[in-house]
Amino acid sequence: MKQFKGTDFYILDDLLTEEERLTRQSVRDFVDREFMPKIQQSFRDARFPMEVVPSLGRLGVFGAQINGYGCSKVSNIAYGIMMQELERGDSGLRSFASVQSSLAMTAIHEYGSEEQKNHWLPELASAKKIGCFGLTESDFGSNPAGMRTTATQDGKYYVMNGSKMWITNGSVADVAVVWAKTKKDDPKSIKGFLVEKGTRGFSSKDIHNKLSMRASVTSELSFDECKIPEDSILPHSGGLKSPLTCLMHARYSIAWGAIGAAMACYEEALDYAKERVQFSRPIAGYQLVQERLVWMLSEITKAQLLAWRMGKMQDNESLKHYHVSLAKMNNVKIALEIARACRDILGANGITDEYQCMRHMNNLESVYTYEGTNNIHTLVLGEHITGIKAFE
Amino acid sequence: MKILVTVKRVSDPEAKLKIKPDGLWIQTEGVKFVVNPFDEIAVEEALRIKEKQTGEVVVVSVGDKVVTEQIRAALAMGADRGIFVNYAGSYDSYDIANILAKIVEQEKPDIIILGKQAVDDDMGQAGFMLAELLGYPQAAFASKVEITDDKKKAKVTREIDGGLEVKEVELPCIITADLRLNTPRYASLPNIMKAKQKPVKELTVESLGVAVKPRVTVKKLSEPPKRKGGVKVESVQDLVSKLKTEAKVI
Repeated sequence: MKQFKGTDFYILDDLLTEEERLTRQSVRDFVDREFMPKIQQSFRDARFPMEVVPSLGRLGVFGAQINGYGCSKVSNIAYGIMMQELERGDSGLRSFASVQSSLAMTAIHEYGSEEQKNHWLPELASAKKIGCFGLTESDFGSNPAGMRTTATQDGKYYVMNGSKMWITNGSVADVAVVWAKTKKDDPKSIKGFLVEKGTRGFSSKDIHNKLSMRASVTSELSFDECKIPEDSILPHSGGLKSPLTCLMHARYSIAWGAIGAAMACYEEALDYAKERVQFSRPIAGYQLVQERLVWMLSEITKAQLLAWRMGKMQDNESLKHYHVSLAKMNNVKIALEIARACRDILGANGITDEYQCMRHMNNLESVYTYEGTNNIHTLVLGEHITGIKAFE
Repeated sequence: MKILVTVKRVSDPEAKLKIKPDGLWIQTEGVKFVVNPFDEIAVEEALRIKEKQTGEVVVVSVGDKVVTEQIRAALAMGADRGIFVNYAGSYDSYDIANILAKIVEQEKPDIIILGKQAVDDDMGQAGFMLAELLGYPQAAFASKVEITDDKKKAKVTREIDGGLEVKEVELPCIITADLRLNTPRYASLPNIMKAKQKPVKELTVESLGVAVKPRVTVKKLSEPPKRKGGVKVESVQDLVSKLKTEAKVI
C-alpha cells in the first residue's frame, strides 16, 4: 500500500490553522504507523484492533471537542479533520471514535450532572473506559420515538426493560448511555441512563457475519429487570431531542469521516489507473477512466468545502441539524459512489483485500444507513424547505 | 539540563517537486512543508533526555515568517520554547553555523542536537561547522545517546561502515541525529493546543551581530535523468555478451 498523501486540489490547507494542520499530521501519522498494518487482518478476522485504543487516548482524540474534564478542546474543524484521517484508515476506526466522543461523551457532557461529568469524561477521554450509545432498537431505526425500552422508577432505582440493536462498541463498553421511556408510550418521557457493564440484568451479544464494518464491534444490548441506581439518570436529558442532539454531533463527524474514505479510494484508483496497462497504454489514458477520476476529484473537493463550511458554522453556532443532514447525506453518498467507481477501475483486483476500495465500499454501505439513512436526511431537508413533513 | 535543537523547514520528502524556470530552486506553490525528518528525530531525542534528566528544550529555526510553523510543530511535540531568527535571504551552511553559534552564546545549552542533514539540500555541514566555531566536541550520526550519571558527558553510539562506534564527549557538545536514533512521537492534541501558548522569541541576524555572506551558491538544479526501459534478452549468450560489452561489468 502506498503512502497516503491526502487530496487537496483547491489548496484548502490555506483555510486551516496551524493547529488544525498539526492535528491532521498527528492523526495521519498514527493511522499510517499503528492502524494500517493491522486493518487487513482485522477486517478478515472481523475484529476491532482494541490494542490501538490506548494510543488514541494518549493522542487526545476522544472528546477532543469538549472543553475541560481532561479533553483536548480543539476547533470544530480540527475535530472534523481528525475524523477524516481516522476514516481514511477504516470506517470502523472512525465509528469507534464517533461513538466514544460524539455520542457517549457528548451525552454525558450535555446532559450529565457535574459528578457524572467528573467521574466519566476524563476516563473516557484517556480511553481507560469505553462508552457506547443505545438508541436504536430492532423495530425502531428511523423512528426512535417508537422505542419500547422503558425505565420505570422504583424507590431509589430505575428498572429497565427492553433491548437495543446495532450498538457500536456495545460489548466492549464499560458504560452504555441508554435511552429509555420513563413512562410507557410517551416519547416526551425519554431519558438517558448510564448503565455500567456488569449491572445485573444487563447483557450484550455481538452481531456476527457482517459483510460491512467487519473491523468494528456491533452488538445487541438487553435489559431484563435491570436495576439502575437513581443517580445514573442523565438529569438534564428529556425527550427525543436529547439523543438527536448527540446524533447531530456524530453526523458532523461522519460528514468529515466519509471524505477520508473517499480520498483513500480515489488515491488508490488514480495510482492503479496510471500503472495498469491494457491494450497499448495505462488505463488512465482512456477517456472513460479519466471521466471517472475527474468526477471523483470534483466530488471530493466539493465535499471538503461543505465540511469546512459546516465547521465554521459550528464555530459561530449557526449550524442547524438540517445543515448537518445535507453534509452527512451528500458526503457519505459521494464517498460510497466513489468507492464503487474505484472498485470498478481496479477491475478484478479490486475485489481482493490487497486493495482498500472494496473494504471502504462495504463499510460505507453501513455509514449510508446509520445515523439517519440517506432517505431520512432527504426528508428532513424536504420538510425544512417545504414546511411539510413527509416521513410520518 | 538545557538542550538546544534546530528545526529546518523543508519540502515534504513525499512531494513531487518541480524546478523553477530559473533553475535555481524548486517551485513551492502547492508543496507541503514539514520539519526536516532528521530534525524531528533530534527534537524527539532532546525530549527523551529532558524526560530523564529534567530541564528545558529550546528549538531554533532560521528563515522567513513561515518557519514558525515548524517551530510550533516542535513545541507541539513537547519542546518548551522557540527562537525564530527572522531572515528571508539566501544562506549557506556556514551562515547557519554562525547564527547558531551566537544563539549558543546567549542560551548556553548543555547539548545542541541537529539533524545530521536537511533533506532538501543535503548539505550536512552545519553541525560540524558549529562545533568548530564553538570549539565544542561533536558526535555526528548518532544512533544512541546516553548521558553519564555525573551529567558531564554524553556516550554516543554511531553507525559506521560494518559496525558501531561508541564515543564519549564532554558537555557541552554537539550531536547530530541519524535515522535510527529514535521514532519521533506524534504531537498529542492537548499538546498541539498548549503549543499556542508557548513563547517564541523573534530575533534578527543583525541583532545577533551576524553578517550573512553565503560562500556557496546554487548555480543550477536539474532533474535526474529519465530511466531508460530495460530490454529482454533472447538467450544466456546474449545476456553475457551484453554484460561484457554494454554494461561492462564482467
